Amino acid sequence: MRWIWIDRFVEFQSGSHARAIKNVTLAEEHLHDHFPGFPVMPASLITEGLAQTGGLLLGEKNEFKYVVILAKIPKMEFHSWASPGDTLTYSAKLLDSSEQGGMVECTAHVGERLVAEGEIMFAHLAQEEGRTVDQKNFVFTMRLLGVFDVGRAGTGASTPPA
Amino acid sequence: MSNDEIFEKVRKTLIDALSVDDDEVTPEATLIGDLGAESIDFLDISFRLEKEFAIKIPRGELFPDNMSLADKSLVKDGLVTPEGITELRTRLPHANVDKFAADPKMEHISELFTVQMIVNFMAHKLNG
Repeated sequence: MRWIWIDRFVEFQSGSHARAIKNVTLAEEHLHDHFPGFPVMPASLITEGLAQTGGLLLGEKNEFKYVVILAKIPKMEFHSWASPGDTLTYSAKLLDSSEQGGMVECTAHVGERLVAEGEIMFAHLAQEEGRTVDQKNFVFTMRLLGVFDVGRAGTGASTPPA
Repeated sequence: MSNDEIFEKVRKTLIDALSVDDDEVTPEATLIGDLGAESIDFLDISFRLEKEFAIKIPRGELFPDNMSLADKSLVKDGLVTPEGITELRTRLPHANVDKFAADPKMEHISELFTVQMIVNFMAHKLNG
């Protein structure tokens, strides 16, 4: 399994906000255990998808100069769930960022229905600390999947720069 | 802005960042010992203070990046030396260093980080 919990970006405003979608499917093994007879996307993986949406939003703002890691989830509330066949829409808004890290506010919806909402905080690892983390490869894989095709930098150019 | 108003905003910030109850946030409360803050929480607190007070807090100004005094020979036998105390006064001008200096055990250094220290810092930032 690849640790990619978003399928595609549908909106990407550099340094501001982004929306990504995740299609839930019964082909995902874990749904058969979570739960038998009642498959729902685990809340932890919805959180991961939100973190990937927000983390790429933050990483792209700094042109992937930093290794972005999920540092803290100050708040995350679940109001509903997502089942196979549903399309989750993850929205992340960059509230703050500095050279040390950043904070996003995020929501997950299925259609109009609010599934989750919260805040996620990211920290930047120093280059030497982050050397073992294969962040570049992760983003590269994401590009192969075309998740950034709809992205736009502040200049209107596609992002990340080719 | 009065110190009371600043304290109320700092209290709100800490309740949100550390998930503590409002009566736990007293001026004397220590961030790490009493309120359970961990290293990453300091960045969270900084972000929230910036938002709450609509100001920018330059990196290291409120919470110094590296509080290790050991490599500078400012600690001897577990006690911060007079030179170390001088260093602390420079790096944490808004903390109650006098109180710490009375019993300068290195293991108590985190107690310098109190709610009042943040209030003092913000008062200095906002009111000069």
